[in-house]
Amino acid sequence: MLSRIAESLYWIGRYVERAEDTARILDVHLQRILADPWTSEDQACRSLLAVMGMPIEDQPFTSARVVGLLGLDERSPSSVVGALAAARENARGARETVSSEMWECLNSTWHGLPNARRRVEQQGVHSFFRWVRERCAVMAGLTDATMSRDEGWLFLVLGRNVERVDMTARLLRTHERAGGSIPSWLTLLRSSGAWETFLRTYRGSLDDRHAAEFLLLDRLFPRSVFAALSTAESCLTDLEPDPGRAGVATDAQRIVGRARTNLEFRGADELIDDLSPVLASLEKTCSQVNEAVSRRYFRQTTAVNWVRGAA
Amino acid sequence: MADLFEEYRLGPGWDEMFGELGMPRETYEALHATLQPLSSAELGVRAEVLARAFLDQGITFALKGVERPFPLDIVPRIIAAAEWRKVELGVAQRIRALEAFLADVYGAGQVLADGVVPRRIIATSAHFLRAAAGINPPNGVRIHVAGVDLIRDEQGRFRVLEDNVRIPSGVSYVMENRRAMAQVLPEVFAATKIRPVEAYPAMLLRALRAAAPVGIGNPTVVVLSPGVYNSAYFEHALIAREMGVELVEGRDLVCVGNQVAMRTTAGEQRVDVIYRRIDDDFLDPVHFRADSVIGVAGLLNAARAGRVTIANAVGNGVADDKLLYTYVPDLIRYYLDEEPLLPNVDTYRLDEPGVLDHVLPRVGELVLKPVDGAGGAGIVIGSQATEAELAAVTAKIVADPRGWIAQREVKLSMVPTLIGNRLRGRHVDLRPFAVNDGDRIWVLPGGLTRVALPEGALVVNSSQGGGSKDTWVLADADDPSPFQVPHPPAEPARPPAAGSPDPGPGAGIGESQQQQQQQQQQGGPRC
Repeated sequence: MLSRIAESLYWIGRYVERAEDTARILDVHLQRILADPWTSEDQACRSLLAVMGMPIEDQPFTSARVVGLLGLDERSPSSVVGALAAARENARGARETVSSEMWECLNSTWHGLPNARRRVEQQGVHSFFRWVRERCAVMAGLTDATMSRDEGWLFLVLGRNVERVDMTARLLRTHERAGGSIPSWLTLLRSSGAWETFLRTYRGSLDDRHAAEFLLLDRLFPRSVFAALSTAESCLTDLEPDPGRAGVATDAQRIVGRARTNLEFRGADELIDDLSPVLASLEKTCSQVNEAVSRRYFRQTTAVNWVRGAA
Repeated sequence: MADLFEEYRLGPGWDEMFGELGMPRETYEALHATLQPLSSAELGVRAEVLARAFLDQGITFALKGVERPFPLDIVPRIIAAAEWRKVELGVAQRIRALEAFLADVYGAGQVLADGVVPRRIIATSAHFLRAAAGINPPNGVRIHVAGVDLIRDEQGRFRVLEDNVRIPSGVSYVMENRRAMAQVLPEVFAATKIRPVEAYPAMLLRALRAAAPVGIGNPTVVVLSPGVYNSAYFEHALIAREMGVELVEGRDLVCVGNQVAMRTTAGEQRVDVIYRRIDDDFLDPVHFRADSVIGVAGLLNAARAGRVTIANAVGNGVADDKLLYTYVPDLIRYYLDEEPLLPNVDTYRLDEPGVLDHVLPRVGELVLKPVDGAGGAGIVIGSQATEAELAAVTAKIVADPRGWIAQREVKLSMVPTLIGNRLRGRHVDLRPFAVNDGDRIWVLPGGLTRVALPEGALVVNSSQGGGSKDTWVLADADDPSPFQVPHPPAEPARPPAAGSPDPGPGAGIGESQQQQQQQQQQGGPRC
């Protein structure tokens, strides 16, 4: 597979996941501000922006501004709209590789974006986020149903899971920043689509330990950090045809594997106590994996200017 | 209910649908019968479905960097089987002559020595590339794909307007138009036998594989595109996808020791045939424009060394120089010893002695075209130009007679086209596509009909805001189905009886149980 196409697929995976997760995170944020009258809106907005890695200026922040920055800014690849546009742009360059249905899904979603602002004004942000989640789900479904389980698929799923680790870690940090109150766990689990599974698993024992354990370590819930790391790890393994005799073959495999064991062999209690450094290190893991994957599979030279007569 | 054709008027030229008002030609009877009873609202709804489908699927072309859907008109253009046969033969004949001509000018130059084409025309052509001389394509083919533009004159006869043997584009719309039309006018499709167009990618791939360097058993074919910002990017992607080959950009390719390879996740992989959609000038910075960042350095030497085949061949532009076009009938006689089956449009060669004196007083009646213009750029239609425009073009022609041709203004034929909520006559041309695999020249049945949407406009180019129409070639009883695989006649096979689908758990419960469950929800039976 062409390196450039592999890279595009990897980023389609990342951007679609980013759009979905950012929509989920924003939704949590807004619900929390509504549900908890003791929260300072300005403080909550600043902390959210910090968690999402956005630069913070000195003016007072409102939720509407945060929605503008993280939801609707079409120029920023960190916003929901920007990520969807970027996913579509990548698919445009890889159109002969993604299935027509996947392309059509991303393309018609992109055409729907100019209406996003209107939708936000008329029906509220929540309805916009819901639409985004649905479009992302359609995309995930079509990826699942129409794409061969070949190298291209592995890159897309790898991208999706690297992004998921990163975003779930950020989601947890919003909780941490909010002071770890109980209502925040509830909105957090709800927004991950995890609330009902969580209830069935822990029978309503909603406390720090169980909630963090669920989102970080659950083996069966696909949005948990552990599940996403494991999936990414198996994609990386499948991308290497020759396993070699000792250890793992690539940097990326080593980095992901280390992060996974780091979670797996630390007890939940220890994880909760160290939550802040654990989350920070997950974020670092993601950028290291990204770099290692790019180095190994996406090497491209940038365009060279040739000068006639140069030796 | 207003009649869709109520305001339809015949134009000065040939009308494709009507011999006289209200009397459709035989080929159009089924279509006319379908459209006639529709209200404009009904047709409008179908046209909207068509437009929406194109937008969602991204069937677009980019104009000044903005993607737009390529407007597809809902009324198709229909060509009878016998008529098409003539077009097919005429197009193939032209390509055979042009192939012979290209081999000659980049080789021995006999045609120049014999004075059939003056040497100065070649020497002054911007598209004659000395760098291409001596490159011999493996199977002798230089024109793997051609698009020959045709128009119908006032008598309904097809004439050649120009040849495109460099990078003719538009075939993707032929395929997409057909798919979309089958969805919105299914009743006409059911009533009419239309020759299918889907065979194109397979035919193209076959021709490209046949052109592989000598000794390569299973060649790797790629499509080379300038990238997503190119106006025809949609087409490049579609062709690559439908052939099942990689769509590459210059930066994906590397050329070392005359061997071209593409960069893949598993290292570099050899490339044997490149169907390029990049202009000669940008193809190889070593030989042509050094500032090209979309080409591949070393490509031309690799082709010369016979290690890679470039399709279409470098330097073909000399054959679609519009001045050379005037010589094609002579080339057909010279190389093939045949009479041209498709006539040219009457054209003046302005660089010949005395011609300019004859033409200049009449520029207001003629169509003036720069010889190397593409996409309709620079064309001046005398009858529609202002005094100032005519003066400007006259000055340009006087300064450079070699750079222009003058043609009689042909009243292009018209086809009913949905404008607003009524059908009105709009001018059309036709670009049939031909594929040459070295043994046979195959012409795609139909081709791209472009339609000039502004009233009276004669320039149909998509870059000039034109639209397109699905082009139907009616099937003859003699036409073989392109999908038929010959096999010995056998007993009609009876399909194996299928079991019924597995029931889910819900179906396992009895009806009474289900009833009770429903009653429970309603709070018990009401008796």
